[in-house]
Amino acid sequence: MEFAGSEPYPGTGSLPTAVKILIAGGFGAGKTTMVGAVSEISPLQTEEVITQTSEGVDDLSGVEGKTTTTVAMDFGRITISQDLVLYLFGTPGQNRFWFMWDELALGALGAIVLADTRRIEDSFPAVDYFEHRGTSFVVAVNRFDGASDYDVEEVRYALDLDTHVPVVMCDARSRESSKLVLVTLLEHAMASRMAAVR
Amino acid sequence: MSEPEESWWDVDAGPIVRSFARTGGRTRPTRDEFNLITLIIATNTDTARHGLEPEHIMILRMCTGAPLSVAEIAARLDMPATVAKVLLGDLLDMGAIHTRAPIALAEAPEIHVLQAVLDGIRRL
Repeated sequence: MEFAGSEPYPGTGSLPTAVKILIAGGFGAGKTTMVGAVSEISPLQTEEVITQTSEGVDDLSGVEGKTTTTVAMDFGRITISQDLVLYLFGTPGQNRFWFMWDELALGALGAIVLADTRRIEDSFPAVDYFEHRGTSFVVAVNRFDGASDYDVEEVRYALDLDTHVPVVMCDARSRESSKLVLVTLLEHAMASRMAAVR
Repeated sequence: MSEPEESWWDVDAGPIVRSFARTGGRTRPTRDEFNLITLIIATNTDTARHGLEPEHIMILRMCTGAPLSVAEIAARLDMPATVAKVLLGDLLDMGAIHTRAPIALAEAPEIHVLQAVLDGIRRL
């Protein structure tokens, strides 16, 4: 090998492997706050520039136009062990970015749908998406100061969730509270996986 | 009001145009093997080699010693992930980096992986 002499990591054997968990929710639901509460690095932002053919939007001349959209995602990292690194991605919640969620959801261990009870309807797209895709998810209700407190069953009813989907109350600003949401998700994902294996 | 046919070069397009200029206008990596959480480590930090752009050198420097994900590299370079993937493709072609793809992308997560992550979160 031409460059073998200076390899700090000979071969890829000693490189850790990455896994990811998604944190989805409407605008302002607290996705970045939760990422920051548990991440070992300050949340970073990655952008994808997406070119889409616009259909029937600027239908002035009959000529198909192209629009460029920049989708930004905040993410953080938790080193689990020497072999495993967990990335947390706050995913854009709007319907029109579905195509982007597909790359993100592929290989995700699971997802947290962060719900804001002042705008519970913002959680519908994410719930629908993960149900449809078969991705394990939990709904975490972020309690904002002054937000009226719905109980777990009211949220479950409002979102029309299956009985097996966990719903937990949380404070996205709190490290302990956010850790508990992650633990709930992982336990739920393991239970689903074991049920599927049986 | 700007005319529709002029809108491609307005101020909003500036950073995008510059980003893709760095990749010689290429928008796709030479190989389709970079995911946002693919981990990258530099295998060779000889930055004096021929054909390296400043951004290539920045990537090699930031990935020396400890691996970084494609998403982190893109964020630190302040460029879209698509652009970072093109630059990483160049470095891979030169043999200057190693990559580690994420676990079993197409399949449901393995129980032992879930257990390992769960244990890790509990330890935090």
